[in-house]
Amino acid sequence: MLKIMRYTLSDLLRSRWVVIYLSFFLLLTLSLLSLSGDVSQVVISLMNIILILCPLVAVMFGVMFFYNSREFTELLLAQPLRRTDIFFGQYLGLALSLSASLVIGVGLPFLIYGLFASAEVWNFMVLIVIGVALTFIFSGLAFYLALCNDNRIRGFGLAILLWLFFAIIYDGIFLLSLIVLRDYPLEHYAMAMTILNPIDLARILILLKLDISALMGYTGAVFHKFLGSLAGSILAFLALALWVVLPVWRIRWRALRKDF
Amino acid sequence: MKLSTALVTCVIILSGLTASRATTLTVCTTCPATTIRAAIAQAAAGDTVLVRAGFYQEGNLVIDKPLTLRGIGYPVVDGQLTEETFTIAADDVTLEGFKIQNAGHNQLKDLAAIRVQRKKGYIIRNNLIINSFFGIYLEYSGQGLVIGNTISGQATNEMSAGNAIHAWYTKEVVIRDNLLQGHRDGIYLEFVTHSTIHDNRSTGNIRYGLHYMFSNDDAYFCNTFDHNGAGVAVMFSKRITMTDNVFEYNWGRAAYGLLLKEINDADILRNRFTHNTMGICLEGTTRIRYTDNTFSGNGWALQLSGGCDDNVFTRNNFLNNALDLVVNGRLNNNLFAHNYWREYSGYDLDRDGIGDVPYRPVKLFSHILTLAPEAIVLLRSLFTDLLNFSEKVNPLYTPNNILDNQPLMQLIPHD
Repeated sequence: MLKIMRYTLSDLLRSRWVVIYLSFFLLLTLSLLSLSGDVSQVVISLMNIILILCPLVAVMFGVMFFYNSREFTELLLAQPLRRTDIFFGQYLGLALSLSASLVIGVGLPFLIYGLFASAEVWNFMVLIVIGVALTFIFSGLAFYLALCNDNRIRGFGLAILLWLFFAIIYDGIFLLSLIVLRDYPLEHYAMAMTILNPIDLARILILLKLDISALMGYTGAVFHKFLGSLAGSILAFLALALWVVLPVWRIRWRALRKDF
Repeated sequence: MKLSTALVTCVIILSGLTASRATTLTVCTTCPATTIRAAIAQAAAGDTVLVRAGFYQEGNLVIDKPLTLRGIGYPVVDGQLTEETFTIAADDVTLEGFKIQNAGHNQLKDLAAIRVQRKKGYIIRNNLIINSFFGIYLEYSGQGLVIGNTISGQATNEMSAGNAIHAWYTKEVVIRDNLLQGHRDGIYLEFVTHSTIHDNRSTGNIRYGLHYMFSNDDAYFCNTFDHNGAGVAVMFSKRITMTDNVFEYNWGRAAYGLLLKEINDADILRNRFTHNTMGICLEGTTRIRYTDNTFSGNGWALQLSGGCDDNVFTRNNFLNNALDLVVNGRLNNNLFAHNYWREYSGYDLDRDGIGDVPYRPVKLFSHILTLAPEAIVLLRSLFTDLLNFSEKVNPLYTPNNILDNQPLMQLIPHD
């Protein structure tokens, strides 16, 4: 598995798309930092971009990678290797290469601008951890979708739909339900709905770290009390971890049964 | 040290001699008078009592004639948490340079470190008041000056705390250059008229930095209010002028920079609101002019609730607030003009510095928030950005009578 992962990783790190992704983050962070200079402001601006872009790129790139390397995968399958090793190796290579682009692309400019001298180190860390988690979650989901669909057009379509659902449609339904049910106490419902969507969960975790919780009134108090406590933050990260594990489990299930 | 105190004594004696026949009494362990109480008893009207550094535990000291009490080297007056320390019960009393600690705490009698009872012409200057229930309590006492005092409390909850400076039924008081912290309200004014409050700093108070109730024709300016439950609350008052104040870091679940409730005919000029949960919260305010203020980094810059009529907002800067304006209920005749909104994305073809398309400060998301407050969990999500954008392109739900027809293109330089 490690060998396949290493091979995939080195293959991907040389690919054009990963380089473009890396240089995009480098340029973006550098320009944001040189424009504002205020590290905390840049963390907030980056938050929005990471929350939207990381899942999108992971989903698209994941599907694209699977379809492009299909022949190589078939070659590997002919070898005396375990199926789980092949697919997990490829998945890890994919997720790690994207995460590396993110960490280097965002981290390097911050290092140059003296991140560790500012008080924002922890906010920055949360941002990076969440960006990496989102990359793992969405590249896993994309991998699973591609594994299920041999038709490339259908696979790409479903991948985009997946991203649209979690980034926009889910929030729309969420908001609508909040308005329809507004006569009821909704704090716990809101919390449950937030945890069920990895993008929302990531956003709330960052917002709470940035001390915007005070804006959220009573709802925020419930969130802050829950997520601010040790048990709550462990549960939140556990939920994120579960979101990481879920596609991996589905990949395994599918990979073992799929007929190539 | 000794030389300087001697010099001060000489100067005071000399000035006393030239002005009138007033004399100076000194209180210290080796002086003829060893207690403040004895010195007050011996002194005649117009005399000066000098209190040398030391520790004085004398219960309640009532100043019942026009005296000047001056501490040298901050003598400590201790109330043992049971007594009111100084009670001013005569006109024209000056009290300065004392360190007053542990004045009594009593919910029924509202004990204070310094109380002025139905008198005028007092000067309370440069005292340090530590751990008192009420710091300075002025009742029916006008024409006084409270200046340069530091009042620090250790209040932990609103119900069992007093105010640093509390004024009740007074007029023409000047409160300036004080530092007020750790009390319920920094300054509390009830039925106070024609008074001025300036250059104070009010910080870390549980409820309000400054609190007006039923007080008319007052002004406060150049004060700083930070880290309070709410910076300033002005309630049921008329004709209050608020200029050049700084409201910052009043941050919490129910925190405001400035809370206005049932007030009218006020002027709010050149204030700076930064990093407050809510910059200004307005409820039932009428005929108020907001000019040249800067709102930056607040959660909500302005919240207008029901019954806000004829407010005029001009030449204000709105920068980096999570939401610039939230409106609850119906509003009439409020005017927004010539403000600078950082989120304004219009154009200025004739280059007169005024945007050609009106700006709508109320976003759809802030409108939704008034319907379902829990929706705040979707703050800064892509979906709400899309909602706001579509509403901006084609306004359907947000109130159409709230818009800035002449938004400025450039930041207004203040200070």
